[in-house]
Amino acid sequence: MNLVDILFYLFATLSLGGGILMVCSKHPVSAAMFMIISLVGVASLFVLLEAFFLAVLQILVYAGAVMVLFLFIIMLVDVGPNAGKTSKMKLISGLAGAFLISLLIVSFLIIVQSSGWIGGGANWSPIIEGAEPVIGDNLSFSTSVKSFGYGLMTKYMLPLQISGFLLLAAMVGVIVLSKKEEQDTN
Amino acid sequence: MIEFEVIQLVAIKVIFAFLMVGAVMTMAGYSVLAERKVSAWMQGRVGPNRTVLPLVGHIPIIGPLLKGLGMFQPLADGLKFLFKEEIVPGHVNKFYYYLAPIVALVPALTTMTVLPFGEFTNSDGDILPLILADLDIGILFILAVSSLGVYGIVLAGWSSNSKYSFLGGIRSSAQMISYELAMGLSLLPVFLWVSEPGAVASSLSLVEIVRSQNASSWLLIIQPISALIFLIALFAETNRLPFDMPESETDLVGGFHTEYGSFKFGIFFVAEYAHIVIGSAIFALLFLGGWNFLPWIDNPWPSNWLGSLIGIIWFLTKTIGLIFFFIWVRWTLPRFRYDQVMTLGWTKLLPLALANLIFYVLLVTWIDQSNLNLP
Repeated sequence: MNLVDILFYLFATLSLGGGILMVCSKHPVSAAMFMIISLVGVASLFVLLEAFFLAVLQILVYAGAVMVLFLFIIMLVDVGPNAGKTSKMKLISGLAGAFLISLLIVSFLIIVQSSGWIGGGANWSPIIEGAEPVIGDNLSFSTSVKSFGYGLMTKYMLPLQISGFLLLAAMVGVIVLSKKEEQDTN
Repeated sequence: MIEFEVIQLVAIKVIFAFLMVGAVMTMAGYSVLAERKVSAWMQGRVGPNRTVLPLVGHIPIIGPLLKGLGMFQPLADGLKFLFKEEIVPGHVNKFYYYLAPIVALVPALTTMTVLPFGEFTNSDGDILPLILADLDIGILFILAVSSLGVYGIVLAGWSSNSKYSFLGGIRSSAQMISYELAMGLSLLPVFLWVSEPGAVASSLSLVEIVRSQNASSWLLIIQPISALIFLIALFAETNRLPFDMPESETDLVGGFHTEYGSFKFGIFFVAEYAHIVIGSAIFALLFLGGWNFLPWIDNPWPSNWLGSLIGIIWFLTKTIGLIFFFIWVRWTLPRFRYDQVMTLGWTKLLPLALANLIFYVLLVTWIDQSNLNLP
């Protein structure tokens, strides 16, 4: 077990433990703090994979901006420890949790069974049978920022534009929602 | 068993890190002194000139001079913070109350990892930057980590169980989000300008930025609008006076640290000044040419260890000049109102930064097209 393995288990514990504690913690502010820990843990895992750019973006966008906004809202509306926990909400969240956990277990079992880890199963391969490989070079693997930009602007141009369009739609939606009717004062 | 070389390498890195932290902390401590001295000078007072160390103070000429400059004051201030009684108000959230100063200081000290401060030529003729870790994405790292610093202020405000602190914390988080956008957008044209088409290395690293300004124009001259927006956003992110909403003594008593005393307050204080030191250093690197001499003039010093030493001193001079500028502005301008801060951030700086970005995108595209002789 070398240093990288130890660090991996450390950061994996950090991100998973942070996530579990976020769900379990009573107070919204504590939950937000645990979520930050979890996000930083995931960013550290990216660092271990030498994806520094992704790691930094993870911290910049999620831990640095989104979570500050979350905390801002939590503090502004001053949510107490047991806010929003009516018996109906508890029932709904319990049902949703039970459904998701069973879904997770079932899909895990299907994957394990079909990937042949236990033995005898069919080969679970991400490549569709009979598919022709595309002729052409792959993007050369690199962790530098330039290759990210190159990939985004060439191979993944359409997804980039679609996500940009989604963001534009969200922005228009926010403006429509937050714009108040101007009263006639004259 | 880990090999000896690895231990040696790690030990050297650890020593360098300690030296760097020591240097920045010392500079932060003496910025506090500079703040007091400069404010005294501007208001026609004398400022701290009484503190003296027993032995050093008795050296004939140097002792009284150091005493008059208040050189021993930061030491006395630090000890005062350390030996004060620890008071924890009732009804605070103890865990977050103690956590907040730590969360405030850690990002301030972490950003210095990717901060270059000079370069030297080794025996093989390679030019190596003096930096703890030369990350490809240095500036993004600094932006990311410094954006975490707001949690210290927000948590302090929330856990103190006081209306004043709470308002300070809320204002701080809103202000950070508003000015981070303008800051990031103001940096984009800088990196667009520096990275040439077809370059192998992407130039998000601060070292590349400084090298591009060697014996050519400073980026301040090429991109004055970016520099202005970055400087204003820097004032907002370091909570310095025209923008010190989280603190604003006149309407919030002491803002987020109203309920803090003794060394916990001291840590907030040091964190603020460490942010100023590092912010000034980043501005000097990005827009004032870092350790390079004047614009369009090649470095007049030799490229040996003496030259790198002069380079470091030159860089420190620029940084200290900017720290002086921070202090100067604080004691000259009045504070904005909270709604003015928000209006300035969202309706003035952000559109200006966007327009600046679009202008430089068009300009860089035009230059590249004409250089490549494309149809």
